[in-house]
Amino acid sequence: MEYAVEIKGIRKNYGDVEALHKVDINIGKGEIFGFIGPDGAGKTTIFRILTSLLLPDEGTAKVAGCDVVADYKELRTKIGYMPGRFSLYQDLTVAENLKFFAGIFKTTIEENYSLIEDIYKQIEPFKNRRAGKLSGGMKQKLALSCALIHRPEVLFLDEPTTGVDVVSRAEFWQMLQKRRDEGITIVVSTPYMDEAALCDRVALIQKGKVMSTDTPQNIVENFGKPVFSVKAANSNHLPGLLSAFEGTSSQNRFGDSFHWIPAEGFDEKDLRQYFEKAGINNCEIERISPGIEDCFIELMTQ
Amino acid sequence: METVVKVRNLVKKFGDFTANDHLSFDVDAGEVFGFLGANGAGKTTAIKILCGLSLPTSGEVSVAGFDVYRQGEMIKRNIGYMSQRFSLYDDMTISENIRFYGGIYGLSRKTIKEKTAEYIARMNLETYKGKQVKELPLGIKQKLAFSVANLHDPKIIFLDEPTSGVDPITRRQFWDLIYEEAARGKTIFVTTHYMDEAEYCNRITIMVNGKIAALGTPAELKEKYQTSNISDIFLLLARGVEINKNKDR
Repeated sequence: MEYAVEIKGIRKNYGDVEALHKVDINIGKGEIFGFIGPDGAGKTTIFRILTSLLLPDEGTAKVAGCDVVADYKELRTKIGYMPGRFSLYQDLTVAENLKFFAGIFKTTIEENYSLIEDIYKQIEPFKNRRAGKLSGGMKQKLALSCALIHRPEVLFLDEPTTGVDVVSRAEFWQMLQKRRDEGITIVVSTPYMDEAALCDRVALIQKGKVMSTDTPQNIVENFGKPVFSVKAANSNHLPGLLSAFEGTSSQNRFGDSFHWIPAEGFDEKDLRQYFEKAGINNCEIERISPGIEDCFIELMTQ
Repeated sequence: METVVKVRNLVKKFGDFTANDHLSFDVDAGEVFGFLGANGAGKTTAIKILCGLSLPTSGEVSVAGFDVYRQGEMIKRNIGYMSQRFSLYDDMTISENIRFYGGIYGLSRKTIKEKTAEYIARMNLETYKGKQVKELPLGIKQKLAFSVANLHDPKIIFLDEPTSGVDPITRRQFWDLIYEEAARGKTIFVTTHYMDEAEYCNRITIMVNGKIAALGTPAELKEKYQTSNISDIFLLLARGVEINKNKDR
């Protein structure tokens, strides 16, 4: 298999703080690969190393066949990068920004217009507006257009959906899947666990360590422990009750229910008996398949 | 029950644009009230008005018993505010932050001293005492930010995306804190983009294009829209509006 990104033993420290602890990951061509983790996990550090903006302390990485240190000039022509913070020129108009980025990469808007057409036409009515005056969603679409205008082999998107509402997030992911289908490798990071399911493969990352790398399906299937959803009409007393039960390995709030993982040697029946003894009869207990967030929590506590 | 936030026909216009279009709702003491909506739906505009930072174009608004037109300064004294992006000064220590915010709210030196000792003891911060806030683990920083927003014992605390980008364990611990304060009678007004957190609220509103498109307990809304999760309702309401908009053209 040919890789779009190869990361071998990358380490990075900021002073005493270990930002990345020996990361090894290969990303295949034409994949949507997601780095899933909270703030401070090391996502941006990885992105900055892979885009040649930061030197690793140890290890090597290749992107689109170029070494991130030795071949950084060539590398930069082959990638698109959308940083977490809005990166466009606020006092240039929408059209001027796009033209500027096309110019830098020695191409024209016309040459690659087909690649951005469906995104750009949504902001085209505002093409004479300064970028600084756009709404959040429009800024994001413009930034994506600018990162794609030179038809990069690998597109890096650092937290493109943070602080974005559910509707716009769903639309953004549809846009990414289309680009992937046109052969562009997409490396994306997000703190939203539910977005993992939209990636072909993900790395779950926490405090500079990659806890797991796999397809979202495999991560969930390899969870290895039964998970139960526990629901009660009046749920105020549930956390206390569940954590007091000796048969509880872990219990976490998920929306209107709790996800309960039994300790070794305990199962659903034991929980039902425990509830009966405590005088609680209106509980719904149901075996469910775990989600990425269940897996993430479990890996964090190991 | 005491009403802490009372909003009747709140309208806020910016030129021709109506950011808040006849909003009406009440929030009771001790309630955890979730304020949801798409980006640009008008949430920030409404929160600024409720915090006394901006005046409505028309309508009746009172917060913590004070009128938003005449008693904006009293509102500011009686509310707490915390956002994920900015709350504490990173390059000051824990006690410096507490002293700073205590000073802003006009607490006496004695009270500030007592509160500092109380927080450090209650949250087990002894080991971090001389350290700058930026060196604290995220979970502790959040707890501290929440406590500081609560320093002057306001009736209501506004939490603007308090858990954005926070790991799943810390996020849940933060909600435990919210419940503790609500149980003590504090009113919590919270915005979030995590739909599972919408379920943690006693009641939620979903704003769409400057209007309140839905208001009720999570269970009521799920019943009304015949779905098992809030995310579906959110998508339906926000997308529904898009369809109507296209028809108008």
